[in-house]
Amino acid sequence: MKHLKPGNRKAEAAFEWLEAEGGEVKALQETPPHYPPGCTTIFSPGWEVDSTGGTAALCQPMERDLYDCYKTCFWPAQVPDYLNNNPDWHSGCASATQDWRKIDLIFP
Amino acid sequence: MTLVRANELRRFNAGEREFAFLVPSSIVVELDGEVRSILDRLSDGPKHVGELASSKEAIEALRELASLGAVSRDGAPDVPLAELASPPVPPPLSTIVLNVTNSCNLSCRYCYEYGEDRLESPAAPQIMDEETARRAVDTLIAESGHNRRLQVTFFGGETLLNFKVIRPTVEYARRRAAEEGKFIDFSLTTNATLLTREISQWLADNRIGVTVSIDGPRDVQDSMRVFGRGLGSYDVVAPRIKELLSIYKTRPIGARVTLTAKTIDVPRIFHHLIDEMGFYEVGFAPVTSSSGLDYAIDGEGFDILLAQFADLAERYVDAAIDGRYLGFSNLSDVLGEIHKGVSKAYPCGAGLGLLGVAPGGEIGLCHRFAGSGDHDFGDVHTGVDSAKRSEHLVKGHLDHRTDCRTCWVRSLCSGGCYHEAQVRYGDRFRPNLHYCDWIRAWTSLALEAYTRILVGNPAFLERFDERKVA
Ligand code: SF4
Ligand code: SF4
Repeated sequence: MKHLKPGNRKAEAAFEWLEAEGGEVKALQETPPHYPPGCTTIFSPGWEVDSTGGTAALCQPMERDLYDCYKTCFWPAQVPDYLNNNPDWHSGCASATQDWRKIDLIFP
Repeated sequence: MTLVRANELRRFNAGEREFAFLVPSSIVVELDGEVRSILDRLSDGPKHVGELASSKEAIEALRELASLGAVSRDGAPDVPLAELASPPVPPPLSTIVLNVTNSCNLSCRYCYEYGEDRLESPAAPQIMDEETARRAVDTLIAESGHNRRLQVTFFGGETLLNFKVIRPTVEYARRRAAEEGKFIDFSLTTNATLLTREISQWLADNRIGVTVSIDGPRDVQDSMRVFGRGLGSYDVVAPRIKELLSIYKTRPIGARVTLTAKTIDVPRIFHHLIDEMGFYEVGFAPVTSSSGLDYAIDGEGFDILLAQFADLAERYVDAAIDGRYLGFSNLSDVLGEIHKGVSKAYPCGAGLGLLGVAPGGEIGLCHRFAGSGDHDFGDVHTGVDSAKRSEHLVKGHLDHRTDCRTCWVRSLCSGGCYHEAQVRYGDRFRPNLHYCDWIRAWTSLALEAYTRILVGNPAFLERFDERKVA
């Protein structure tokens, strides 16, 4: 900090913290921003629906998000994992937005 | 393009230098020219980044403001305090206040225990027995969790009417605390009428923190603090207080003054208690009362009080810059909070780390509630009612006080005393709105005093690292 000086203990603590953290972390704060390809880190609403009950108004088609989690940024808590256990899960699905119904459930 | 807005903050000057108090974090920062000009331009509403900062320096300054939350993107949601705080699991206790008796040998005209404003009427005289006091200590220790430094405060009525229970309770509490690897600090409040040389010596030997309730010089004291038949108490208490102060020198002894409309004379009271009687500190509290009583302090009275506090604050700052301490504890308390950057979701410790115990062992929110018949937090014989504590913490949270949501002093005031609200509005969760203007003005004054000391003698502020805050 150059333009602000701490005036009480709370400010000192905040300044120290900001220095240690290298600033407050905000999504997409880098310039130019790095956009991850469709996972929840850019606030893609994931499995939800929009206010009309559909997916049209979401910032990404849900189908793409589902597929992206599986393939490009492995998110094991939510989808089957491509890396180790279910490499063929997507094999019937050439285009996520068209063929997503062909992706079946996984029964462990 | 991004619109930037200034968030809540108060700016004030100390000489040439300028500071800001950020709400709700209670951060105090000093502003340089670059920052000032950005904030100036934001004073009449949000602006585009381009309008605010063109040079590299200015952008840097804007970033710094943003990192502390002093400015943000317009439309960014405010984060309510409650979402930052963890859910209200009652925290471990640190303090218990024992109303060792509800009897008093004085009949102060404004007393919430005996005067016109008591919460419930009329109380049969009650005195706490040793067994109940021990149970209360056990309750404190049992509920204290990881807290190692605990506090037992004796309160009344007039505490010394039950000195015979206080004494063994201190011994018992010390022994129990030692067994548990904890430390207990003791304090009591007294009207000084029953102080004897032996009692004063005992208080000193045991390092009991003492606060004396006294209103000022003879005429002031005798107008409200009277014995049953209307006789003033000054001549009884003055020599006893002098003796106490001469015997007990190892711990600062404070006076607590109740101000009424008839006795607002802060400078004279302060002078008498500090310079003539030798108290270390004096704290003033406007009387708690429902409005309309002739001693109640009203609008005009608050203005007078503020002006008198301002003068005393002025003297406090001069002394502090000189490295001397002027015992005006109302100001010290706020300065301590500002220094630490306290940001509270609750006005005081009541129900949080503190509970009050009535003479019969019933537990109330604090000493004032427990003393006045309103006890709903359990009993020392059966234990603390944690569900009730949680409920209190939900209802009492600052976020549930709609009136306070846009108030800039909310992180320090948080709605004010529950008992005051109970007496005034019949609902302890109502903010004390009759005080708000006064509290805001007083807090501004304290912030100015703080920064003047920060500029004039920053080392003085280090004393507040130690001072206990609510
Ligand atoms: S001054 Fe009034 S509005 Fe502000 S926080 Fe206190 S009670 Fe609430
Ligand atoms: S501020 Fe009021 S509610 Fe809180 S402990 Fe004091 S008397 Fe009780």
